Amino acid sequence: MEKQATRDAYGKALVELGRKYGDVVVLDADLSKSTKTADFAKAFPERFINIGIAEQNLMGVAAGLAASGKVAFASSFAIFASGRAFEIVRNSLAYASLNVKVCATHAGLTVGEDGGSHQSVEDIAVMRSIPNICVEVPADGTSTRKAVAAIYERPGPVYLRLGRPAVPVLYNEDMDFTIGRGIELRDGRDATLIACGIMVSKCLEAADRLHEAGIEVSVIDMHTIKPIDQELIVRKARETGAILTVEEHSILGGLGGAVCEIVCQECPVPVLRMGIMDVFGQSGSPDELLQYYGLTIDKIVENVQLLRKK
Amino acid sequence: MREITEGAIQEVAQKAMLIRRDIITMLGEAGSGHPGGSLSAADILSCLYFWEMQIDPQNPRKTERDRFVLSKGHAAPVLYAALAEKGFFPTEELARLRKLGSPLQGHPDMRKVPGVEASTGSLGQGLSWAVGMALAGKLDRQSYRVYALLGDGELEEGLVWEALMAAHHYRLDNLVAFVDHNGLQIDGPVADVMSPEPVADKFRAFGWETLEIDGHDHRQIMEALIKARTVQGRPTAIIAATVKGKGCSFMENRVEWHGTAPSKEQTAQALAELC
Repeated sequence: MEKQATRDAYGKALVELGRKYGDVVVLDADLSKSTKTADFAKAFPERFINIGIAEQNLMGVAAGLAASGKVAFASSFAIFASGRAFEIVRNSLAYASLNVKVCATHAGLTVGEDGGSHQSVEDIAVMRSIPNICVEVPADGTSTRKAVAAIYERPGPVYLRLGRPAVPVLYNEDMDFTIGRGIELRDGRDATLIACGIMVSKCLEAADRLHEAGIEVSVIDMHTIKPIDQELIVRKARETGAILTVEEHSILGGLGGAVCEIVCQECPVPVLRMGIMDVFGQSGSPDELLQYYGLTIDKIVENVQLLRKK
Repeated sequence: MREITEGAIQEVAQKAMLIRRDIITMLGEAGSGHPGGSLSAADILSCLYFWEMQIDPQNPRKTERDRFVLSKGHAAPVLYAALAEKGFFPTEELARLRKLGSPLQGHPDMRKVPGVEASTGSLGQGLSWAVGMALAGKLDRQSYRVYALLGDGELEEGLVWEALMAAHHYRLDNLVAFVDHNGLQIDGPVADVMSPEPVADKFRAFGWETLEIDGHDHRQIMEALIKARTVQGRPTAIIAATVKGKGCSFMENRVEWHGTAPSKEQTAQALAELC
């Protein structure tokens, strides 16, 4: 199976975007080789601004550029973009409703060996709590490219969450990507798996395994965490009566939290949340970490069976 | 290029007086807000809005316009007064400061008030915006200039120094930052709380052309602005020595007037002094 890191797809998509639109500017905070904004820097050096190791200023300068008519893409690691710069994202970008796209790479555990200090397990929760911001977590390279094009077209602030390791390519170029609309990848009646980011491909594999055991599950790629696809969540809750959410993020306040907020109010059915159990990460290879923290195909299968007993 | 004439100095002095009267009136009406740091900046804003900046109240979003960022956003009354006196909106609007549903928020909101260039109030962020605006001007080969006003207490925010570094690194000679050096912050004298001194030396060390002036002397402010236009390849800082509460005898140099609105009687007294 073909693999690509979503950060790699992001770097390439930025170059495409830069070629098409003169108002695109890209900012980074000394991580351009890792976030892949270096591709854009090479193609359009005059429109690339390195701010140095200063993530607060990264967001503030992006605000000034956006207030002057630019569409600013500001990149750093997720831990710094959502954490160190939180209040500037809140007050300078979201409060002022500016056209800045915060594109954060190295999200979640799969940063790997750098360890817990660099593994953002809470960025979806903190970013989606800010009014006026759109939160996107694409599952593969293709949908990342589509997401980059879509967030350029959408006025206002966006948080785009990207990963470090290569992950399976799930979509063809002709996929339909719409902000705010989840993608139904499997349609089964026994339960619904709602996932985002790198966990979508694992859910698909789990669905195949469950099918062999005679259990048919729906699988949703919920790439937009905010504004979330409420209609789809409610429909799947009604149709399948049980939901498992799966994300490379804390079980508190992320995709699982967002789904529960809708389900408990609109159509209460049992929901299980898979994610990082309110703990910090640690050093290890990405695969070892996913295994250690229970974000595996086996666990998804196990949890679906558990959920069906509820 | 603007010229310093007796007529120009008289005009900005007269506008500064109107701005000060507006500040007192609107804060008296609002019942809360920040008079001290608004009054200390009135002469700087008067020179910017009524002498220096190329702006058109009829066309507030014109691409080529000069831009002003009030980084010390709590001094919103001085900005609102300058904008109203310049004609961006009717002066009657000033009475709605801090009221529910009013465009005149406690701290400036660019989405609600014509002429406000940046939503500020969280200290330290405005200078970063100004750096971004100046960078955009360079990118687009526009000749507009960007002005920012910081408080001296605000210099305690680390983000300010990140922005200062970036402005010098990117050789932003289209950027001017004023420091309203009034010496007081909420908890007391800036020198006692967390001294940023020596302020001018620090700006120089960060590569900025640094001028030190009396921030209430209109001629000195104008001369500094003219000097800033001649500087090439780096930004200019104008460290303006000011008096917090300037123009209102019972407020001058008194820390308790950082964030307290005048009562009815105090408003009347202040207005009697400001004429």
